[in-house]
Amino acid sequence: MYFDLTDEQQAIKSTANGFLASRFKSERVREIAASDSGFDEAGWREMAELGWAGLALPEEWGGQGLGIVDLAVLFEEMGYALAPSPLLSNTIAGLALAVAGSDEQRERWLRPLAAGELRGAPALLDAGSSAVPLRFELEGEQTGDGLVLNGEKTLVMDAASADFFLVATADGRRHIVERDADGVTVKPEESIDLTRRLSSIKLDGVTVAPENTLPGAAADYLPVFHRACVALAAESTGVAQRALEMSVAYAKDRQQFGRPIGAYQAVSHRCAQMLLETENSRSAVYGAAWAADAEPESLPLAASMAKAYAADAGWRVPDMAIQVHGGIGFTWEHDLHFFLKRGRANAASFGDAKWHRERVADAVLAGETAPASA
Amino acid sequence: MDFALTPDQQAFRERVRAWLEANVPPEWTSLGSTEVPRAAAYELIRRWQGKLFEGGFIGVTWPREYGGQGLTFVEEMILHEEMALQKAPPILNILGVGMAGPTIIAYGTEEQKKRYPAKILSCEEIWCQGYSEPNSGSDLASLQTRAVKDGDHYVINGQKVWTSLAHVADWMMLLARTDPSAPRHKGLTYFLLDMHAPGVTVKPLKQITGDAEFNEVFFDNVRVHERQVLGEVNSGWAVGVTTLMFERLALGFGLQARLRIALESLLDMARRVEKTGRAVTKDPVMRQKLAQLWIDTEALKYTGARGVTRLLRGELPGPEASAGKMGWVETNQRLQEIAMEIEGPYSQLAKGSDRAIDGGVWQYGFLRSRANSIEGGTTDILKNIIAERVLGLPRLR
Repeated sequence: MYFDLTDEQQAIKSTANGFLASRFKSERVREIAASDSGFDEAGWREMAELGWAGLALPEEWGGQGLGIVDLAVLFEEMGYALAPSPLLSNTIAGLALAVAGSDEQRERWLRPLAAGELRGAPALLDAGSSAVPLRFELEGEQTGDGLVLNGEKTLVMDAASADFFLVATADGRRHIVERDADGVTVKPEESIDLTRRLSSIKLDGVTVAPENTLPGAAADYLPVFHRACVALAAESTGVAQRALEMSVAYAKDRQQFGRPIGAYQAVSHRCAQMLLETENSRSAVYGAAWAADAEPESLPLAASMAKAYAADAGWRVPDMAIQVHGGIGFTWEHDLHFFLKRGRANAASFGDAKWHRERVADAVLAGETAPASA
Repeated sequence: MDFALTPDQQAFRERVRAWLEANVPPEWTSLGSTEVPRAAAYELIRRWQGKLFEGGFIGVTWPREYGGQGLTFVEEMILHEEMALQKAPPILNILGVGMAGPTIIAYGTEEQKKRYPAKILSCEEIWCQGYSEPNSGSDLASLQTRAVKDGDHYVINGQKVWTSLAHVADWMMLLARTDPSAPRHKGLTYFLLDMHAPGVTVKPLKQITGDAEFNEVFFDNVRVHERQVLGEVNSGWAVGVTTLMFERLALGFGLQARLRIALESLLDMARRVEKTGRAVTKDPVMRQKLAQLWIDTEALKYTGARGVTRLLRGELPGPEASAGKMGWVETNQRLQEIAMEIEGPYSQLAKGSDRAIDGGVWQYGFLRSRANSIEGGTTDILKNIIAERVLGLPRLR
């Protein structure tokens, strides 16, 4: 038994940490957040060169062929640095193509995606719907030319910088739609998280040629969904870790009543609580990431557990951090609000804590789950 | 990252499982997750521990020459997982097995190591811990029980309080002050005290549960031979701190097992109970609470696994170890509170009432669990330790 990062994974972690720290300092993150596109082309190139675009994608299609534990390590660092990048949406699109695409589609789309040359993003939730995970309403109309889509997808991550979307229809299938295809209009939304842009995508008579529909059925995408949950949970863990470290540094430095405020138990106990939530979040993420690689039948439950836990910790820890920082934590000028907002946005994406807890309740109360098997 | 077991470890798991299946007493209905067992069950769990000893399933990480099995924390983890699966009873000599034994093995003379550990494991000799005093709880280093040298003996005078199991104990881990002129932490000595020695008086203290699991212990000119000193004279603080560290490590596995058992029992109870005409398990709010309990218990399991991995690498426990104890306290207390919530108005009925659900065991569990955040280091102190030692924040005092 060895339930910790291997030396190789530690290396991924330190490389990522070092690269992101030097490449995405606070000023740069703010600059990208304030920009029109929210996209850093140069940063993306460098990530692609590091192999990150295809980290967990099959070597057969140009990926690094690493596992979900490695992916989780990377995404924790992405959350820690809060580096604005379409890496998450790109990864999810890549995983979907890997598991459910045809060989032709993988050659045409997955290979360049893994190399960072093309960027893909999932377009899942339907505008006007209640945005329940994995439930899609968009119906296509079958014509001689192909499937015609009329509708609107919303809460799409990184749409403006994506080259193509994987659009989900009500039957659970995914269709490749290029961003500059006829009938596609990307409308940026105002989201609280400026470091990860959301858009709505209007589809006006968009024709999907048969070769652009992935052969996979709805159930084939569940492993992708679970991996997305793990990646998001890992990212939220990184967000929490950063907020914790900022708070500890501040509590050691800031003096009031003649002492560093970290000497006062209201402050120090809050920091201790932040540590506990961050560590437990990390544990849950490791458990789910391990399941993805080693015990896939346990993944659905493990992914929901990790997502539920990290969803809460991902915004609660930055929230407590703001409290530790007092007035200054409430300013735009201080970086904490970016972390709070990312944590809150992650909590609401790919199933919130409540939704995932309900899935856990389903599994556990039916008595389907065997107790600890490790 | 893996939970893979070596063939030997897998064989150990199978052996444990088979043995437990054959030996867990059928009359034991284990509910609740207390570390210190109820008086009514003492005989049963004393015999249970004896059986564990005969089977070689206790003291798993202790050296073979002192009565243990000489195995690793992986086997310890496996053992506790299997005990949780089979809802095995707790052990009676929890303080001896969890604290006294490992401390004696770490600091004892060869004579002490040959004399005490094996009888701890067999439950032939029960141990208690004499640390807290009426004026020295969280501030343990302020303790005042005196040990004065008199020839080749020490004469002990003073009082201890909250001494669990003292009423059935044969031995005590005693921290006493041997040098009042030294700085607080430097004048303490750790003694292995015979509870049957003249001058030792034990007075039970009734708890809110109605039981008296803990006690006051009075020392009136109790004579202890100098060979009963553990470690060096005046170095008792370091030895005592080691005990607390072992407590957190070793009890950690046991606590996780008990939490798992309690959780399964709670889910079982939830499936049986109806509220306002609907099974509790169909109530959306209850489902959320039960799911969160499950999530927290699983997260603790993985945190424990991370901690064990560090130990196997020869490292000292990291921040995940502190997270473990605090997480257990919070989760267990919440579990017991949810049990009361599920029972609704019937949560008022205790053991002895015909209409008490599950024989009133959850009422007991709820009340008993109020002490979890106090015993073995209050959560307030634990948070101080996390803040100071793990996060490096400054001390106020």
